[in-house]
Amino acid sequence: MHKPRMQLLASFDIASLQYLDESGQTTQALPDFATPDTLVSLYRQMTLARMVDDRAVKMQRTGQLGTYPSSLGQEAIGVGVGAAMAKEDVYCPNYRETGALLERGVRIEEIYAIWGGDERGQNYRHVCEDLPLSVPIATQMLHGAGVAFALKYKHEQLGEPIRAAVTSGGDGATSKGDFYEAINLAGDWKLPLVVVINNNQWAISLPRSGQTACKTLAQKAIAAGIPSLQVDGNDVIAVYQAVLEALQLAHEGGGPSMIEAVTYRLCDHTTADDASRYQPQEGVKEAWGREPLRRLRIYLESLGIWGDSQEEELQRELKEMLEEAVRVYRQTPRDKSTAIFDHLYGTLPEAFIEQYQQLQGDS
Amino acid sequence: MAQITLVEAITQALAFEMQRDPKVVVFGEDVGLNGGVFRATDGLQARFGHERVLDTPLAENMIAGIAIGMAVQGLRPVAEFQFMGFIYPGLDQILSHAARYRNRTRGRLSCPIVYRAPYGGGIHAPEHHSESTEALFAHIPGLRLVVPSSPARAYGLLLAAIRDPDPVVFLEPKRIYRAVRQEVVDNGEALPLDRAFVLREGSDITLIAWGALLKETLQVAEQLSTEGIEAEVIDLATLKPLDIHTIIDSLEKTHRCVLIHEAARFCGLGAEVASQINEYAFDLLHAPVQRVTGFDTVMPYYQLEDVYLPGVPRIMTAVREVLEYANGGAA
Repeated sequence: MHKPRMQLLASFDIASLQYLDESGQTTQALPDFATPDTLVSLYRQMTLARMVDDRAVKMQRTGQLGTYPSSLGQEAIGVGVGAAMAKEDVYCPNYRETGALLERGVRIEEIYAIWGGDERGQNYRHVCEDLPLSVPIATQMLHGAGVAFALKYKHEQLGEPIRAAVTSGGDGATSKGDFYEAINLAGDWKLPLVVVINNNQWAISLPRSGQTACKTLAQKAIAAGIPSLQVDGNDVIAVYQAVLEALQLAHEGGGPSMIEAVTYRLCDHTTADDASRYQPQEGVKEAWGREPLRRLRIYLESLGIWGDSQEEELQRELKEMLEEAVRVYRQTPRDKSTAIFDHLYGTLPEAFIEQYQQLQGDS
Repeated sequence: MAQITLVEAITQALAFEMQRDPKVVVFGEDVGLNGGVFRATDGLQARFGHERVLDTPLAENMIAGIAIGMAVQGLRPVAEFQFMGFIYPGLDQILSHAARYRNRTRGRLSCPIVYRAPYGGGIHAPEHHSESTEALFAHIPGLRLVVPSSPARAYGLLLAAIRDPDPVVFLEPKRIYRAVRQEVVDNGEALPLDRAFVLREGSDITLIAWGALLKETLQVAEQLSTEGIEAEVIDLATLKPLDIHTIIDSLEKTHRCVLIHEAARFCGLGAEVASQINEYAFDLLHAPVQRVTGFDTVMPYYQLEDVYLPGVPRIMTAVREVLEYANGGAA
């Protein structure tokens, strides 16, 4: 049989990054940012994210909240991403990013409002220009590319300070055209965009193995000509460092990059889902052994800066904060009826005044 | 003053607004060096640079989606789709996101985007190049839908669309891109959105159309005039939100109405207009409102497109029926 002779034109590598293994041991020297204060702060925020999630699920079960997508088990990604971003950067998230939203300054009661069916939860103009969370898969990545274009344009053409956009999505998002179209354009136009893939192994019931034949999700970036990296998504230090470096590249005009953060969804897809139908119990048990809070706590304890008393104090402080947020959420009256028209257009067109008037007096 | 075509008026409006507002950026497939497949962006890249007039990779959903990110950051993106039939991959972004950002964020973010696309049949193009599916967009809350019918209105309405704080789908009737020339004052004056234009006053029947079909509609009006029948012709211009008041004002004079569009009949915009006339002006009518439309079929390849498209004879038949109904009917 004829065997054609071929030449190797290009070859690619995918690197992975980890600082803290699942037993809480460091695997290499920690980056400069990882001071005891910063690590305690990251631990605190991951703990808060877990508590906010836990309370949301409980409120949903008791009819106080609508369908909610918990991020149990993947707190290191949200918190790592949010903490690494500069305030002025713009975050374009998917829907399972409670930890990141909290880092960005979105209030707990606003997150509850969103999932409690109140659009006012997405009006966090008090803290940032971040985009609202996006329910359809991967669509927000194109918005992120557009934001990144605008930030680059406003810097180069209008003299505004350097900023970057960060967008996130799950493993399922990498099967969508929007994902590929976003990274392809970002690479082509050298946009200041960081794409974070939260690979939690499940797109509702479809496992990572059913999503793609790719060995890693990070390698999908190769097709777009942009650098990528796989990080241990349960290691908040690795996530933080990877995002920090990616943002630095973006800020310096080096263009986009992509981070695949590998973790595991330790919860149902949403409160409307029952993951026990498809998640093998053995796999869930193993994943609990790798979860992000425990390993950081072990490390903090090994430094002698954390113990039961600090943990109790933290739990007490966060619980108090959470109770206050729940109280505010519960006591917020629903929006007035006419609000469904108030923000439909900049100014209400004459054609809708009659319908608007039907709602007036109904508020 | 120069007499220019509709497509030249589009270019002129884009150039004026890019000159006036550095936040306006124009992008799409082949819009840069090539000036767009219909030359609507001709010369803009040479004048405003590659940073403001951008050739994109070939992905319409991407074009629709990045416009959103640009807009929420305060730019004024004008995105071109080569043909209306190619917008469909971007529908998710336009309907699910562009139309809803303002509402979703309770006014924090908005999408001042213009999505431009040539639309409609009659130029002997291949399949997917002759779509007239404007009702898809008209149905969606949060969008504006604008169709110019002459060079002057293309100029004024496009300026208004770019300056509008909300997303506008701007459909350009390509059959008349170069069919007529008209003097257009390049003074940056926008025309009002959400308003219909009375193109011809009359007292006997109201003819309502938009885009390219106004050509045939006006021909019908002229022909009727020779018979002593004066038709009032309304250019809807902004298809959503709909200016029903101008239509009712007209019906107070004429009491009869024919709606003309090339889109398929079922759930076409004519159905909405007829329904609103029924709700607001039933007592004014001396005859049922009639629709002259495309058929409920796929737009055929070009050998049969004249079968599909409403022309003067079909409009005239409907007009006569409406007039005769009044003459011999209960009114």
